[in-house]
Amino acid sequence: MNSQNRRRLRGLSVHVVLMICVVVSVFPFYWIIVMATNTSQDIYSFPPKLWFGDNLLTNIENLFAKMDFFGSLLNTMIVAVGTTLLVLFFDSLAGFAFAKYDFPAKRFLFGLLLAMYILPTQLAIIPQYEIMVQLGWLGTLKALIVPAAANAFGIFWMRQYTSTGVPDELLDAARIEGAGFFRQYWHVVLPCVRPALAFLGIYTFIAAWNDYVLPLVMLVNPDELTLQVALAQLYAGHSTDYSMVMAGVLLAVIPLVLVFTFFARGFIADATKGALR
Amino acid sequence: MSSSPVAGPAPTGPSSGAMTGPSGQPAPDRRRGPGRTGRRFRPVSAGGRNGPQRGARRGIARYWPQYLAVTPYYLIFSVFMLFPMLYTVYLAFQRWDGIGEIQFVGLQQFRFLWDDPVFWLSIRNTLVIWVLSTVPMLFMALVMAVLVNSTRRFTGFYRVALFIPSITSLVAIAIFFAAVFSNDFGLINAVLKALHLSAVPWMSNEWTIKLVIAALMTWQWTGYNAIIYLAGLQAIPSELYEAARMDGAGPVRIFFSITIPLLRPIILFTVVISTVTGLQSFTEPQVMFGSDASTNPNSGGPGRAGLTTLLYFYNQAFDNNDFGYAAAIVWSFFLLILILVIVNWRLVQHKERRP
Repeated sequence: MNSQNRRRLRGLSVHVVLMICVVVSVFPFYWIIVMATNTSQDIYSFPPKLWFGDNLLTNIENLFAKMDFFGSLLNTMIVAVGTTLLVLFFDSLAGFAFAKYDFPAKRFLFGLLLAMYILPTQLAIIPQYEIMVQLGWLGTLKALIVPAAANAFGIFWMRQYTSTGVPDELLDAARIEGAGFFRQYWHVVLPCVRPALAFLGIYTFIAAWNDYVLPLVMLVNPDELTLQVALAQLYAGHSTDYSMVMAGVLLAVIPLVLVFTFFARGFIADATKGALR
Repeated sequence: MSSSPVAGPAPTGPSSGAMTGPSGQPAPDRRRGPGRTGRRFRPVSAGGRNGPQRGARRGIARYWPQYLAVTPYYLIFSVFMLFPMLYTVYLAFQRWDGIGEIQFVGLQQFRFLWDDPVFWLSIRNTLVIWVLSTVPMLFMALVMAVLVNSTRRFTGFYRVALFIPSITSLVAIAIFFAAVFSNDFGLINAVLKALHLSAVPWMSNEWTIKLVIAALMTWQWTGYNAIIYLAGLQAIPSELYEAARMDGAGPVRIFFSITIPLLRPIILFTVVISTVTGLQSFTEPQVMFGSDASTNPNSGGPGRAGLTTLLYFYNQAFDNNDFGYAAAIVWSFFLLILILVIVNWRLVQHKERRP
């Protein structure tokens, strides 16, 4: 075997191994669809069916009878959209202040953000629960949106992007024309940081959509749940009716994953940037 | 309660190589012009140039727009994070069910914790699951990153496909793993049967329960870590590899003498993140086995084999309303995480320091 052939073979084996990894990565999605489109009997039978069936609509019908899917979907949308908008606004504003201005106690305040990475949120969750009881927010979506609006990572991210992505010359020009802090933010900073906002928005939206712990603790009213909590309860109550449960998983999870793949390339590049900073 | 660090700066860290310090350093664009002396704080780029404005309004009030800009975060942070965390410390020395009187009990909660076999079982479970997931996860991630880095074709496709598990709902994946590893009707056992092997009672054996949870975590985070490593690999200049090859070094030698040492800061980052998130597993066993400890004595599965410390904490706090004891659990556990992060850090730094 000559050396060129050997190199080609080695290149091929790299792709074979990587394709196996890809198959393992995406197999659950395939299998969720298989389970959601067959009947539970098909799944239980031996050998099990390995291809899509035609029972999806029946499964979805059963699902809607057991779970307030659209109510949960609406709640999840409200939480995810509300959290994302607040985070984008608060963090771009704070990022601007940290990136382009010096003010007393700035270092200290910024250091506090760092601490947020090491402190697990569960350290706070019992008193958080009590605070929500006192405020009368327990069981409402406010109890999820407001705490999540404080996003330390977002401030980091926006500060980093603003300090390099917003030219000082533009800010100086705005100042000479008499623009104060907030007008600079609105007319100069916001248009410049759109790419960073896009990443932070997707990131926050996905995190809010997938969040489980806080809704589990705060949403005490069984009729007012988010999708993740509703799914977990559906599974706990009907753990043997796989095809119905998987229809719920399919509807609640797959759209987000599909939408994500549209933005994926830019998002992943930004995610590694954020991680390696 | 695994959070999803889809992206996040290193929590702390000595910076070197591709990583720059996460913060604490002055903004890179700060100008050290002649107008800097005498005034510590001023708008970064306005100073020096807009001389006449300086000194017009002194004092902290001058900075009200900046303070107003950062206020929302610190307000929410103080009310919903900082104060509750401190209050949790206070609660750890009390007895409280959330409704009645708060009663000071001194160190009693910690003494009880020290003698509580279930607490130590949960610590053991957490550590075993963490080791079972983190070690193969980071190893396979490194291999995958090296493979993707060695080719030019389909790399965009590989990156997306490998990254997708990390943005997938943990609840959904926990339900999926429970279904696939189900004792009676799961796909895995069906495959074993088709191969004429005996079925494994995955969800009722002490070790296989931990294995399934660890497999779930490995599935979810291996690709994410691989993408991180890949970014690090791409930052290594190719001249280094060429020079090593000219010196006659083989691929294995190159891997251990060039790749690993240069990747060290990034490996350190992934180890810290995996330690912090891996030890906080909660949703996996909670969804798979149900958690309500008031009705289910086997929280975390048969034999409590999947009872992680955070699940135990959740049971004590929100099923038993034993807020004082739960507070003692969660703070003790946090100190344990801190110790493990420091130990890991030292280990990785030490092991890979060249003589």
